[in-house]
Amino acid sequence: MPEITYREAVRDALSTAMRQDDGVFIMGEDIAEMGGSMGVTAGMLDEFGAERVRNTPISEMALAGAAIGAALQGMRPVAEIMYEDFLTLAAEQIVNQSAKLRYMSGGQLTVPVTFRTQGGAGWSPGAQHAQQLEAWFVHIPGLKVVFASTPEDARGLLWSAIYDDNPVVFFEHRTLYPLKGDVPDEIEPIPLGRARVHREGEDVTVIATGRLVHESLEAAEKAEGDGISVEVVDPRTLQPLDEETLVSSVKKTNRAVVAHEAVTRMGFGAEVAAVLQYQAFDWLDAPVERVGAKFAPLPFAPVMEQFVVPHADDVLAAIKRTVGKG
Amino acid sequence: MATAEHKASLGKNELGDVLREMLLIRRFEEKVEERFRAGELPGFLHVAIGQEGSAVGVCRALEDGDVIASTHRAHGHTLAKGTHPNELMAELYGKQEGCSRGYGGSMHLFDVERGNMGANAVVGGGLPIVTGAALAFQMRGEPRVAVAFFGDGATNIGTFHEALNLAQLWTVPAVFVLEDNKWAESTPESQHSPIRDLSLRAKAFGMKGLKADGQDVEAVYKAARQALDHARSGKGPVFLHLDCVRFHGHYIGDPQVYRDKDEARALAESRDPIKRLREKLGLGDEEFADLDAEVTEIVEASVEFAKAGTDPAPEDALKNIYA
Repeated sequence: MPEITYREAVRDALSTAMRQDDGVFIMGEDIAEMGGSMGVTAGMLDEFGAERVRNTPISEMALAGAAIGAALQGMRPVAEIMYEDFLTLAAEQIVNQSAKLRYMSGGQLTVPVTFRTQGGAGWSPGAQHAQQLEAWFVHIPGLKVVFASTPEDARGLLWSAIYDDNPVVFFEHRTLYPLKGDVPDEIEPIPLGRARVHREGEDVTVIATGRLVHESLEAAEKAEGDGISVEVVDPRTLQPLDEETLVSSVKKTNRAVVAHEAVTRMGFGAEVAAVLQYQAFDWLDAPVERVGAKFAPLPFAPVMEQFVVPHADDVLAAIKRTVGKG
Repeated sequence: MATAEHKASLGKNELGDVLREMLLIRRFEEKVEERFRAGELPGFLHVAIGQEGSAVGVCRALEDGDVIASTHRAHGHTLAKGTHPNELMAELYGKQEGCSRGYGGSMHLFDVERGNMGANAVVGGGLPIVTGAALAFQMRGEPRVAVAFFGDGATNIGTFHEALNLAQLWTVPAVFVLEDNKWAESTPESQHSPIRDLSLRAKAFGMKGLKADGQDVEAVYKAARQALDHARSGKGPVFLHLDCVRFHGHYIGDPQVYRDKDEARALAESRDPIKRLREKLGLGDEEFADLDAEVTEIVEASVEFAKAGTDPAPEDALKNIYA
């Protein structure tokens, strides 16, 4: 089992798909010679050429829309939106067009396009380069939404996203790119809509996404020292959501914490909490705790940024509250 | 209803078909207005009365395999691209037999089999998609062209500028057809554009521009042929500027308080594409009445077809969300 980084995992899924399938190509800002602002597509220009590794102008509506148009005509484009913040610029095409074309046409069209993007705090870019906007997109019927937290997941999920016949918004977390992890020799597609139990436990279930998966695993280790057994589950696909795995975990532990880096209010975790209270009401021994960013834009000064976004200690505090030790 | 023959201009026999097609669209649109006012049609409808020349002239110049994307004012384009009036009318009635199976409505007409990638209720929304469709054709080496219809109102929105810029940058086989009817809903061009000649927009992208009188279907056809040939031959996209007249309001029921009624009437009189072609062909009253009766019958039949159509089940609303 080779060990690769999260960045290499994303690249490997793209490259392998492009090697086996002429219909797959990538487009985005600075993805060719520069290899992408996060280095994800480094080296791909040399292997595949400028025709299939397409540098675009800084023009999110056009690049998202052109990917949609190419998808309608049978290609499987992967468009990179350099920063999640810029999804707002492409939102018209992603939300009004890609998500609804199949529906509005009464099922005549398929839109096999993937929008890769990344975000995440921890490097002080300020308010417009690190937002976590997945909640905006899980709200849109017609879109699938993925948020990968490990190299193995990033590779297997991106593969499935590329070969899904629906538009998929694929979130990567900036701080995870150097993260190393074991992956299978060959790409094993991970079906969209299946959660992963990272750690089994008995007392509390933490449902976490992105960077917070790792923060939650750290919190779980610390909780163990206090005699609290924590289960950590990553939904991995936010839409469709593997409610069954989340609910059955909570029915076992009777307590739940939902954790993401995005702003807590109206966040993805609110939906998860609603699902849990409805489907596992009689099993819950404590209110579902939510951990996320404070209700503020991301500030620049590192001390303020660290204050706004959640960390392992915030997850740990929430875990303790659910067991009455908070 | 594009034919397999593709000459630089239309012969007399073809012009007869073209007249019939334009008249069919006119009568269809009038019927839509009538049925909407009678309370039979749900939704928000925009007719293209007066703009039949651009729809028919452009679509007749297309070849098999070419695709279009349309606007909120899409009935004419849809019929001209080959959708049967029955299927279009059924869609406007919200029936399963409709060209979008009842999921789309007037502003979301699709007919993928006939190369119609869809009407769009977001002004300019279809333009980047057309660039992308053309890109797919280019990447696969297919001799196909993707065509976008849009109005002058769309020339101010970001998707227009971004899509044309990218299309020219990548020299994809696309034709951008501006139906310049001088109105963005109720806002006249003088209030929405700082330039009077919108064909200048193409120059900013270094894109080949062509101009034609949109009320002269022959001129439209000729210009469209030229544009399509250019795009198809790999020379890059074309901006086709058609000078058009919208005879009626923005939407059915629009009282047009913003528009001089006499001027609108005079334009409808002097720049009617149907009247113009009829005069050229020298059609007498009797011949025209026969033609009119023929297309009117088709339109009446489409209403009967639509009314006899199948309502979707309410829960069908939960289908077709994902492939």
